[in-house]
Amino acid sequence: MAAVEVHELTVRYGDTIAVDGISFEAQAGQITAILGPNGAGKTTTVEVLEGFRRPLAGRISVAGLDPIADHAALTRRMGVMLQSGGVGPGVRVLEALRHTAALYDNSLDPRTLLEQVGLNGTEHRTWRQISGGEQRRLALALALVGRPQVAFLDEPGSGVDPQGRLAIREVVAGLRDDGVTVVLTTHDLDEVEKLADHVVILDGGRIVAAGSPAQLMTAGQSDEVRFGAPPGLDATALAQRIGAPVHEGAPGEYVVAAPGTPALVAALTAWLAEHDLPLADLRAGRQRLEDVFLRLVAEGSFTRPEPRRRRRGRR
Amino acid sequence: MKPLLAHLRLELTLIARNGESLLLTLGIPVLLLTFFATVDVLPIDGEPINFLAPGVLALAVLSTSLVNLAISTGFEREYGVLKRLGSTPLGRPRLLAAKTLATLAVEIVQVGTLWILALALGWDPSVRVGFLAAMVLGTIGCAGLALCLAGSLKALVTLAAANGLYLLLLLLSGMVIPIAQLPGPIQGIARALPSGAMTEAVRGSLSAGGSVPGRAWAALVIWAVLSPLLAVRLFRWE
Repeated sequence: MAAVEVHELTVRYGDTIAVDGISFEAQAGQITAILGPNGAGKTTTVEVLEGFRRPLAGRISVAGLDPIADHAALTRRMGVMLQSGGVGPGVRVLEALRHTAALYDNSLDPRTLLEQVGLNGTEHRTWRQISGGEQRRLALALALVGRPQVAFLDEPGSGVDPQGRLAIREVVAGLRDDGVTVVLTTHDLDEVEKLADHVVILDGGRIVAAGSPAQLMTAGQSDEVRFGAPPGLDATALAQRIGAPVHEGAPGEYVVAAPGTPALVAALTAWLAEHDLPLADLRAGRQRLEDVFLRLVAEGSFTRPEPRRRRRGRR
Repeated sequence: MKPLLAHLRLELTLIARNGESLLLTLGIPVLLLTFFATVDVLPIDGEPINFLAPGVLALAVLSTSLVNLAISTGFEREYGVLKRLGSTPLGRPRLLAAKTLATLAVEIVQVGTLWILALALGWDPSVRVGFLAAMVLGTIGCAGLALCLAGSLKALVTLAAANGLYLLLLLLSGMVIPIAQLPGPIQGIARALPSGAMTEAVRGSLSAGGSVPGRAWAALVIWAVLSPLLAVRLFRWE
């Protein structure tokens, strides 16, 4: 049995369907990332799993429990990092962590955990006095201090500087090694590529793709080669030489509409060498997750039924 | 037990760290008690301190269980503190228990301080146990109202409403100004308010030859039952 099971989940706010009959699983000891543009239903889905929100329909199980009916039992097995806030402005860093640690029977050592998330030195500063990135790292520590079986992390890296993101990434990867099930939402596709075992892409409340990052990137494979070189190359001459159409998208970004065979790539680089042109980058076959994501979400916005998206006339 | 104590400790730490709440819970009652006991401007027969001391004790309850509770809970809700705690094993019953105990602890400190100050100013109380019942019922009634505000309004609106209500109830509840001095139609409303009924019951239980009218007890009990029920219906955790 998977650690998190979602079957035909539907959530409605007033007239708006926020999540529309989605099903997926998150396996124990794996990192499952939920991706999607703003308003896709990511946070809503996670809040249903955490037991904060009652779904309109669907069967949910987290660590074998029903998030609402068995909420008290679930709180001892899950850790929650909210998208923002969660601590009062006058509470000190170590104080907050010690307080939350005391709510569990078997917790991690607060000081060791602070060191792991890179917050040593801020122990006695208040939530108001630490930076936004430090607040996110404290929120992560608060989610993990109770040794959860399942950790829900809502945009853990948002607003965090690169060093902080690296610290967060290391901690999250360490959770997998400890057998913790991690479900995270994020906009950071680079993070997902490096970290996630399983990806669920949501758009307009529906799943538009799911699989491992490698599967998604291979499935998104297209018959094209992309490369970066000085702008304004003679695309016609190049196309003749390599025997495939060449198109300059953004200045200096070229797309060759042909499969990225070694022969094609060899011809391409040879032509550049003859003209003494530098090659900025070259991608053949497999796309970056970002390309896949942007293509799926762009397609989704055309097929999405309009009335479902309309929010009630608030504000 | 450990989670409850941990949360109680945090509640008390934050109350002690918050200067504004100390001003409200101790500063204002001490100032009013000292000022009106020393400067003889109140329209009262006999020693002003014997009238004032019970009123200021009721005021102390009002400031802690209504104003401070509403403001701190309102902001905790706005900052997502309540939501996060809802995902931990603390649970709502223990959260509420910790808040109740913290409120009572602050009230004990207030009553102790004000009691000693009032005695120093010449107060001559005649203590009957009804005074404790009046304080507890008043606390429950006011706390229920506090959670109605904090659980349904935005934090800044709660802040404004709680402070406005404090001033209004201070003037209308006979704590410092006798209800008999208010215009006729308002007197009935003042006596039916939780703070008015509490003041009447506390004063009746602490004054020589005093008595508490049955309608004051009835009003206290009704508020203590209705306002928590209303709070349960209105309270939203986020």
